[in-house]
Amino acid sequence: MAALIEPPLVRTDRLTLHFGGIKAVDGVDFTLRPGEIHGLIGPNGAGKTTFVSLLSGRRMAQSGTILLAGEDITRLPAHERVRKGIAYTFQITSIFPRLTVFDNVALAVQSQGTRDLTTRTRAALARVGLQGLEAQEAQTLSYGHQRLLELAMGLALKPRLLILDEPTQGLAASEIERFKTLVRSLVPATTVLLIEHNMEVVMDLATRITVLTFGRVLATGTPAEVRANPAVQEAYLGA
Amino acid sequence: MKVWTLHLALLAVLFTAQFWLSPYHATNLARIMVLAVFAMGYNLAFGYTGLLSLGHALLLAAGMYAAGLPAQLCGWSAGPAFIAGIAGGGLAAAALGLLALRTAGVSFMIVTLMFAQAGFLTLLYFAPITGGDDGFAVAAASRTLFGFDLSTDSPRFLAALAIFATGLLASLALVRSPFGRTMVAMRENEERSRMLGYNTFTVKLAALTISGLYAGAAGAAYAILFGYVGASFATIQYSILPMLYVLMGGAGTTLGPFLGALLMFVLIEAATGVTTAHQFIVGAALVALILFAPKGLLGTVRDRWVRWLP
Repeated sequence: MAALIEPPLVRTDRLTLHFGGIKAVDGVDFTLRPGEIHGLIGPNGAGKTTFVSLLSGRRMAQSGTILLAGEDITRLPAHERVRKGIAYTFQITSIFPRLTVFDNVALAVQSQGTRDLTTRTRAALARVGLQGLEAQEAQTLSYGHQRLLELAMGLALKPRLLILDEPTQGLAASEIERFKTLVRSLVPATTVLLIEHNMEVVMDLATRITVLTFGRVLATGTPAEVRANPAVQEAYLGA
Repeated sequence: MKVWTLHLALLAVLFTAQFWLSPYHATNLARIMVLAVFAMGYNLAFGYTGLLSLGHALLLAAGMYAAGLPAQLCGWSAGPAFIAGIAGGGLAAAALGLLALRTAGVSFMIVTLMFAQAGFLTLLYFAPITGGDDGFAVAAASRTLFGFDLSTDSPRFLAALAIFATGLLASLALVRSPFGRTMVAMRENEERSRMLGYNTFTVKLAALTISGLYAGAAGAAYAILFGYVGASFATIQYSILPMLYVLMGGAGTTLGPFLGALLMFVLIEAATGVTTAHQFIVGAALVALILFAPKGLLGTVRDRWVRWLP
């Protein structure tokens, strides 16, 4: 039962963000264990992206707390959370389109210090299979390659927690297989929080899954438990 | 390697210019080089970091007065006055940035414009000290450096060239450094930069402060080399000029500011000789530039032919 004794990497306590009358995130208690691949699923508008925005600091919570390895980071600005090891890859690919592939990743690497910049940048690119494209302008890459570049930027930050927001959206089947292998190779050194609409990918990759609806946690458990949960079937999987 | 060779070659050509240009044109070239230093600083903020400031006249004037006033009131010599001018530009930029960088885009333009106007009015208000619109002449004693009289042609040209060369090579080194890459990241995608762990406020503040050091150096150099300090350098015109130079030469290119300053100067000279409506010709040239080379001359050259141009 080591997993239960080990302190969580992330714990949120009654985390809340309302937009006017819309309860985007409504008192979410959530725990992320070190080294797991945790799937975050839920219907459109369930608050998944807003929730991870609160974790990454892109948005500030109205109430509740976020602990990273026991440390309260609720009020920390986004860039300081990145330095503490939370990396976020964007749902809508957000790269530096007019810079080269190399510069895109080098920007991530050098925010951790400038030693061995070239080596570390090339290593991150090789890890996602983009070696040889260093000199190319990022906007000329195919969509699938841009997603991989986004991932390389996340990896180059050497995060403790990597948040992937819809990473397989728009990828071809072969690219998805490659992506799954890559994500599996990250744990347990990096903990992965994965927002994903592709159920096959989530059920295959995740060790645990949390289901959100209307900004609240509907269920948490192993893929098998979540699949068997009647409330989840009704609300989401559509049985 | 070829990048450094290109820049050093330009400096070598400029060095020889004093031998084949008439004294009148050599003095003009010295003036252009000083204005180009101002434009290079503007380019670091606008061309590389994406900070569209309309308040750089404030920074130029800060350098000019920070050098000119101690020279005038305390009899400082050229060296200390010049250093004071650089510091004045940097400090003014840091103060401006601390306030104005809370905004972005159009608001940033308006706020910087507003502070620059406030600076200009302050200079007028304290006219008994600053000389106001009339300004004041810098005493000859404050225009000597290591025994050279900077008000004479050759030392003045060489001093301007030295300042220009330092500014050019420093900006080249800067934009090719990791920090240069970070500056460009602010311009290209600030939100992404934030999520890569950059404190975008401090990065932009640093870039604006460096830009202010250049403006301060240019202002101080102008005061010392050409012997005049006045509030007219704090007017909006001097906020627009570096922008025009940079747009013409190519924003985000290291040599663009100099090329823009040179061409604009030559264009105005030529147009003034032909017609009293010289502003019209300058305007037409700018319209043509926006239509046919919106990235400026060197920006277009880089896109079409010379990819390695920094």
